[in-house]
Amino acid sequence: MKIPSFLQIKNLKYEYIRRDEENNVEGITTAVDDVSLDVKEGEFIAVLGHNGSGKSTLAKHINAILFPEEGEVILDGMNTKDEEKLLDIRRTAGMVFQNPDNQIIGQVVDEDVAFGPENMGVPTDEIAQRVEESLKTLGMWEYRNASPNRLSGGQKQRVSIASVIAMHPKCIILDEPTAMLDPRGRYEVIRAARALNEVEHITIILITHYMEEVIHADRVFVMDKGKVKMEGTPREIFSRVEELKEMRLTVPQVTELAWELKKAGLRIPDGILTREELVKEILKLVSSRTGVSSRTGVSS
Amino acid sequence: MNEYKLIADHLIYEYNKGSAQARKALDDVSFVLRGGEFVGLIGHTGSGKSTLVQHLVALLKPDSGTIYYEGADIFEKDYNRKALRGKVGLVFQYPEYQLFEETVLSEVSYGPKNMGMDKKDAELAAYAAIKRVGLEDECFDQSPFDLSGGQKRRVAIASVLAMNPEILVLDEPTAGLDPAGRTELLDMITELKETEGITIVLVSHSMDDVAEVANRIIVMDKGKIVYDAEPVEVFRHTAELEAMGLAAPQMSYVLRDLKAAGIDVNVDAITLKAAKEEILRALA
Amino acid sequence: MIRDITLGQYYQADSVIHRLDPRTKLVGTMVYLVSLFIFTGPWVFVTAASFLLLCVFLSRVPFSYMLKGLKPILFILMFTLVINMLFTKGTVLFSWWKFTITEEGLKQAGAMGFRLVLLILGSNLMTLTTTPTRLTNAMEHLMRPLKLIRVPVHEIAMMMSIALRFIPILLEETDRIMKAQLARGADFESGNLIKKTKSLVPVLIPLFISAFRRANDLAMAMEARCYHGGKGRTQYKPLKYKGRDFVAYFMVIIYLAGVILIGKFL
Repeated sequence: MKIPSFLQIKNLKYEYIRRDEENNVEGITTAVDDVSLDVKEGEFIAVLGHNGSGKSTLAKHINAILFPEEGEVILDGMNTKDEEKLLDIRRTAGMVFQNPDNQIIGQVVDEDVAFGPENMGVPTDEIAQRVEESLKTLGMWEYRNASPNRLSGGQKQRVSIASVIAMHPKCIILDEPTAMLDPRGRYEVIRAARALNEVEHITIILITHYMEEVIHADRVFVMDKGKVKMEGTPREIFSRVEELKEMRLTVPQVTELAWELKKAGLRIPDGILTREELVKEILKLVSSRTGVSSRTGVSS
Repeated sequence: MNEYKLIADHLIYEYNKGSAQARKALDDVSFVLRGGEFVGLIGHTGSGKSTLVQHLVALLKPDSGTIYYEGADIFEKDYNRKALRGKVGLVFQYPEYQLFEETVLSEVSYGPKNMGMDKKDAELAAYAAIKRVGLEDECFDQSPFDLSGGQKRRVAIASVLAMNPEILVLDEPTAGLDPAGRTELLDMITELKETEGITIVLVSHSMDDVAEVANRIIVMDKGKIVYDAEPVEVFRHTAELEAMGLAAPQMSYVLRDLKAAGIDVNVDAITLKAAKEEILRALA
Repeated sequence: MIRDITLGQYYQADSVIHRLDPRTKLVGTMVYLVSLFIFTGPWVFVTAASFLLLCVFLSRVPFSYMLKGLKPILFILMFTLVINMLFTKGTVLFSWWKFTITEEGLKQAGAMGFRLVLLILGSNLMTLTTTPTRLTNAMEHLMRPLKLIRVPVHEIAMMMSIALRFIPILLEETDRIMKAQLARGADFESGNLIKKTKSLVPVLIPLFISAFRRANDLAMAMEARCYHGGKGRTQYKPLKYKGRDFVAYFMVIIYLAGVILIGKFL
């Protein structure tokens, strides 16, 4: 028998009839168009796409912030259309949004982390425990009494992640969490997401347009014009440089260099992800060549 | 070399002066800008780069030190700072959040009108500016709020360009854009410099953005200018840049690794194209 | 930076006053403020001032920090003093041109000035030692009886606390938008009132748009974290009276009794 998947999206369709955050087009926009996908528990999923590709709209369906017009979303056995399950769904899949300022509700860090558990009716003693453990997990415990306004962007996003963790979710959706951060902040957030996936085995769904952030994902979905256009491991996805460029995306610079070198005639495999890999491949080329040239030297 | 356009002379600026949280945002900053330069101003959040650019158009006044634009002290009592803001155009971070007019054309003619142009001239300047940022004619009478994120940003840039500045300062112009949007915008800025000779100051925390386009890089850290040199020169200091929370361009690292592994490449190539050619040359 | 201006400027310290239940502080402050207006007389002020000084001392908030809170009302303070001094009729002490200063005027000005200063310092002490969240919490608790007449107490408290969180952010945003428009040649200073008001349109429109966008984002973030009104909600730091609160209430009662007695008999 097949193990039921953790998240199933079946033929999801969603249209905006008002203005859209990313597109700002008046009238009807099909933001998500017949999307189906499956996610297993504990996976690290990345959803790539340019601005306006529908990736954020898709994400908001997973924890029942938006509801499908056609098709359905089933999270951990619960259909998001089932109103009675609304709170269960939202605590199973927590969400971190793009703008660090607009999602912190508390005026003090620890109070913000407590907001979710308070809403869920968690007993007071346990809330304190959860606040402590989640802030410690994200390395923000020492800032528990600080005002969120005094934190850096990366720190604010870590507080937001801690606030979600305090609800003990099985899955966290990160909706472009790094779009407004500097490189240091981006690194902090992505490292935290990876740690939660590896150590706590929380399913991560990362929505982003930064290519460097997806190379550690188990699987990548690429969206364009509301549809899932590609699916595969980061290596598989990044082997298809030209298709990505057509979808207003790029590949990590190292991958692009490898691809350019290959186009220029060097024998380098597709889908190079890190600079270590690239350097290794180039060294391999060099040693095989010197091997060849020394042999020819002997024979002549 | 061209004449000095702008001279920043020993700027010091402190936030929350006199209180416990006092923090020097600018700590003895001096540099010059020449006509036709493309300068990348790099630093992580809080390094003082945004504070610095606000000084360039007299939106903040230094505690000590001053700035000379074409020889005149811009903080002098009678200096016309409004006119200065027409000559040194500053595009803020996320500039689309400053849009307010009903149509793109009136939005962009706001600046020229403030500079004292009559309606017709202002609209002509606006028309030209909208063209210069590469927006289509259909946009002119659309509401700026109906455009896509990338287009809105172009409108905001056009609204500064319409004042015909000689120096254009852009604070993180690519923040939040997707990869294609980023490349398109950087190409547009480069073209402004090449075809019209506008001096560009591009503020960024991304070395990769700046490496390809700038011909001079100023690196700021903790309110001080740490490096002010050609890109190649600046990127030689990889370790120091990393200590400041910055990184050299990706290509720089690849070439360094290759060199360390005994392949004879010139590590000064920083753009993708240059790195590719360098590797092909070394392997030939 | 504007970001550092928080309403109520919480001063972080570990003191008895900080640890008091916010309800105690709120009620105590109310009683104190009312006492300033009901009773007058030099001895009443001496008592009120000493009581406040004692509280400030206990709170470990540096006195200089307290005085800073007076800065914004300096103008009003001077204005009241001058008005009271010049326009109170009575025994003339000093007269020059059209101005006369009377004994009663001086007394009145002194009393008003003292009152204002104590009023501000008193309420500042409360906000300096209580986080805005705890304060709204206290208000929610104290307003609970109003639920009976269908006042949405929880919602009001939530709105207040969100407003408090976003005021510094919106202030900073205003500053940013103003600067951005200045960089586009805007002029907020010259011209008559109508022109000045008109010049603010390019600031107000983006500010409203931004406020709505933030409100929309925040509502979504709250929903995503299972917010569904006050029903079934537990509290992270529920308000519980402790021994020290009873001591504090007792002291407030003694103070009040003292002031009443002094006001009547001295």
